[in-house]
Amino acid sequence: MAKITYIEHDGTEHVVEAENGLTVMEAAIRNMVPGIDADCGGACACATCHVYVDEAWTARTGERASMEDSMLDFATDVQDNSRLSCQIKISDALDGLVVRLPEEQG
Amino acid sequence: MGDQAGVVIVGAGQAGLSAAAELRKRKYEGPVTLIGDEPALPYQRPPLSKAYLSGEMALERLWLKPEAWFAKADVSLRKNTRIKAIDRSASAVLTDDGSRIAYDHLILATGGQARRLPLPGADLPGVYVLRNLAEADQLSEHMSRLKHLVIVGAGYIGLEVAASARKRGIDVTVIEAAERPMARTASPLLGGWFGAIHRGYGVDVRVSSCVDSITGGDFATGVRLTDGKTIEADAVLIAAGLELETSLAEAAGLTVDDGICVDGQARTGDPNIYAAGDAARFYSKRYDRHLRLESVQNAIEQGKAAAQSILGIEAEYDPVPWFWSDQYELKLQIAGLIEGADTMIRRGDPEEGCFSLFHLREGRLVACEAVNCGPEYMAAQRMIAAGATPDPERLRDLSVAMRDFLS
Ligand SMILES: Cc1cc2nc3c(=O)[nH]c(=O)nc-3n(C[C@H](O)[C@H](O)[C@H](O)COP(=O)(O)OP(=O)(O)OC[C@H]3O[C@@H](n4cnc5c(N)ncnc54)[C@H](O)[C@@H]3O)c2cc1C
Ligand code: FES
Repeated sequence: MAKITYIEHDGTEHVVEAENGLTVMEAAIRNMVPGIDADCGGACACATCHVYVDEAWTARTGERASMEDSMLDFATDVQDNSRLSCQIKISDALDGLVVRLPEEQG
Repeated sequence: MGDQAGVVIVGAGQAGLSAAAELRKRKYEGPVTLIGDEPALPYQRPPLSKAYLSGEMALERLWLKPEAWFAKADVSLRKNTRIKAIDRSASAVLTDDGSRIAYDHLILATGGQARRLPLPGADLPGVYVLRNLAEADQLSEHMSRLKHLVIVGAGYIGLEVAASARKRGIDVTVIEAAERPMARTASPLLGGWFGAIHRGYGVDVRVSSCVDSITGGDFATGVRLTDGKTIEADAVLIAAGLELETSLAEAAGLTVDDGICVDGQARTGDPNIYAAGDAARFYSKRYDRHLRLESVQNAIEQGKAAAQSILGIEAEYDPVPWFWSDQYELKLQIAGLIEGADTMIRRGDPEEGCFSLFHLREGRLVACEAVNCGPEYMAAQRMIAAGATPDPERLRDLSVAMRDFLS
């Protein structure tokens, strides 16, 4: 289990307890966090699950895989800490993770 | 909005759910009733031939929304409920157990069923189709003790199942009547390339082959081809496309022509009835013709368009279609529509497993097929939307970054 905090663009916080093995996108869907549409259901094909990983966590969420990297390259408002949340797997190591949602997904 | 009966949505699949979610997101205040004949919560279909079938994805990960969402969003979900008729004069739908549900606005998002072929033996046990969760579970259960699976049809679903079956160690033969795989939707080069990939993974891909019958007495034991050859197998999957569910619309006197006909606002000829998803055919200004798309993109966005129409939001649904398919470690992504293209530009080397095919029509980019090539696909989506006319030489040149085409 890991506690994950999602912060909407307007500042609204959603704290969820997420099962290991799910992705950060799936934990958002299951807990009805708005702003993560995940049109492709996690296939890394739509970029509607874009999040900014809090700077304190970027080392632990790891590097973007190449497909993810190239999808993000053309997404809106991309920053160095941008990730596709369907590509971040939850584990105990991510307990406390904070991610922010882009304005476009408001 | 003084709606009493509210919005009734027939079909609790990807399009129906998208419409319901959009109505609530945009603060529609009337009742929303989502009616579907399946027993499960609304789910994503794409994994049924991919990660779910190969055993890499658990059931709960298919749900589009958790059960609690329906109460929270105040969407009344009626599972296991089949609608058998629309009474337009009374603005109500009839369930198969005889009750009536009134509507102010009705959205038809009925998708369809897997096409079954009228072949001798097609109803034997061991013959499968794949459209819904129940069918995926039946096939998957049998796959756990299968040695050899014959797949009839080398479209996306047939090939995805072939890849999933190989992952589970099953021998696979794919029979395709056309001269290459994915003949209906992909370019010849791409279809041929995917055929070769599958052969490389040990799949026996037989093109220009027609099935005459399914052999077996008490259960399927294989197929006989029209050239007399037989192929032994312990199960047969018929992957021959979709049979649309348009009978409700037709019986209600709505215009149906390869899909329920709607305009760019998802409206049928009846001002209170809308249609979206696989079963709807709409007019696209971008392509200047009627389109019927079978994709998640279309289901989601046209579902939203129907909801927006009901709310009086003037927005034209005229997408750059997109689609993906996962086979083995390959991700195919397609933006746009190939039909009508006159020029194809190849970027990257198919031998290296990462390449894109750009399709132009009179110099304008209309489609891109990208294999493991995110930048090409993402850039192409935007370029197609903008009506870009890229220089073919530069498009071919890997030293020109895709980003440079966007400015
Ligand atoms: C195995 C598989 C893999 C796929 N892979 C991809 C992919 O990789 N990428 C992609 O973009 N697309 C893919 N698709 C296509 C995509 O899933 C469909 O385009 C999408 O599901 C269409 O949504 P829909 O809501 O129009 O129809 P559906 O999802 O079929 O929903 C229609 C629902 O309505 C119900 N229904 C019909 N008639 C009635 C009635 N009279 N009363 C009550 N309920 C009724 C049906 O039972 C069904 O549940 C795939 C499809 C399948 C089957
Ligand atoms: S859900 Fe589509 S890319 Fe993450």
